[in-house]
Amino acid sequence: MKMRMKNSTILATATLCASLVLTVPGYAEDKSIIVQSTTSTQNSGLFDHILPMFEEASGIKANVVAVGTGQAIKNARNCDGDVLFVHAKPAEEKFVADGYGVKRFDVMYNDFVIVGPAADPAGVAGRNDAAGSLKAIADAKAVFASRGDDSGTHKKELALWKDAGVDVKAASGTWYRETGSGMGATLNVSVGMGAYAMTDRATWIAFRNKGEFKVAVEGDTAMFNQYGIIQVNPAKCPNVKADAAKSFVDWIITKDGQSAIAAYKLDGKQLFFANAAKEGAS
Amino acid sequence: MQDFAEAFRLAFGLVAAMDANLVEIIGLSLRVSLTAVLVAAVLGMPLGALLATVRFPGRRAVVIVVNALMGLPPVVVGLLVYMALSNAGPLGFLQFLYTPAAMIIAQSILITPIVAALTRQIIEEMNFEYAEQFASLSVPWHTRIIALISDARYALLTVLLAGFGRAIAEVGAVIIVGGNIAHLTRVMTTAIALETSKGDLALALALGIVLLVIALLVNAAVMSLRAGAERRAHA
Repeated sequence: MKMRMKNSTILATATLCASLVLTVPGYAEDKSIIVQSTTSTQNSGLFDHILPMFEEASGIKANVVAVGTGQAIKNARNCDGDVLFVHAKPAEEKFVADGYGVKRFDVMYNDFVIVGPAADPAGVAGRNDAAGSLKAIADAKAVFASRGDDSGTHKKELALWKDAGVDVKAASGTWYRETGSGMGATLNVSVGMGAYAMTDRATWIAFRNKGEFKVAVEGDTAMFNQYGIIQVNPAKCPNVKADAAKSFVDWIITKDGQSAIAAYKLDGKQLFFANAAKEGAS
Repeated sequence: MQDFAEAFRLAFGLVAAMDANLVEIIGLSLRVSLTAVLVAAVLGMPLGALLATVRFPGRRAVVIVVNALMGLPPVVVGLLVYMALSNAGPLGFLQFLYTPAAMIIAQSILITPIVAALTRQIIEEMNFEYAEQFASLSVPWHTRIIALISDARYALLTVLLAGFGRAIAEVGAVIIVGGNIAHLTRVMTTAIALETSKGDLALALALGIVLLVIALLVNAAVMSLRAGAERRAHA
């Protein structure tokens, strides 16, 4: 009797031990890099499209950590990534100037749009001036959902509010609502409460929970959204995989990577426009 | 709200098709959380038993702290483990960040206090019951602990299930230290968070249903193991 009970204990222990053995720390293949990037590039499906091509061409596996631009830059500053691929040019240039990045290259662009409920309480549907539309939203005290998370999109949105001459800080918690979360989460919130929101077009096209929402404001050159790529500096971060990181940056900004980006379509629409070749743009 | 019906249809479809991605994600979820449970058992049970049976100055304070740590927010644990394992942190040389090892560490920290606190509660009550017997036989303290743990084993199994439930369900810690990297550190909860952020609520909910069913299966397996053992013990 006693013996049999022991058996079941041994069985349970063995099961747990087996699970431990199976979990020897997951060192990925030697040839892999960590890319600190943004939610828009991941949520739009771009990486699922281009990374297998890069892996096939180079034998290097690119592992993407998709967070807001602010957090991505912070992580890269902690040397927890080999490549930074984000969209907040001033912050990227500061990252390079501070010695954390080797060099910044333009990769691609798309644009931001302001989406809103079909009822359009601020009457901005069809407008193409970002600042004027935001002013109209503020004047109407129509609810606006902001990322509020120091992401590239958030930085851009704050710059546009500044252009509009609206002090959103003062309105925070009233009609201006900071979600403090990623683009997709913020869109879920804005659809849920019928609030306007600014999003990059790629995330919007890929977003599946649009409900009654439509693009209200688009086409302002101020809503241009440039993505940049930076190799994390091995001089600052000795542990980075410099060679593999450089291969990735080189691939993205030259012909193969650029045409892979341009070829990515969702619902027949091109999501990102490759523009690395444009000299002097960076 | 046709998302609900759609979610059940999707969940069933995913499971029926044995979707390769899904199997991989479920496998990693189980590996990470079961290993964390094992670590928590090895650390937490002896600690709990010790707190229950050994008197020492400051014991009450330690008990309160361990109990309070049951409420550790996963996101805080994730942040602390990230800061420790980051290349800018003290343990960066291990190169554990963004690997399943980091996720196991985070979940172990999260659930060890749960296992320790609940173990203490159970063993303490049992120790009280057995006190006279132990005293009359003058049993040494380490033998006491072994006897108590052995006699409490079924109750302790439930303690481990509580730890497992917390581990498999949390997203805050693993998304920070694992990074939700496809085919490397993506588990059920981070996949659900990702699909939610894509606005694919039906798929997110479908994954949630699958996660619930897995938790149900694990609990059922453990309970039937226990029932079987009990039957044999009383046979």
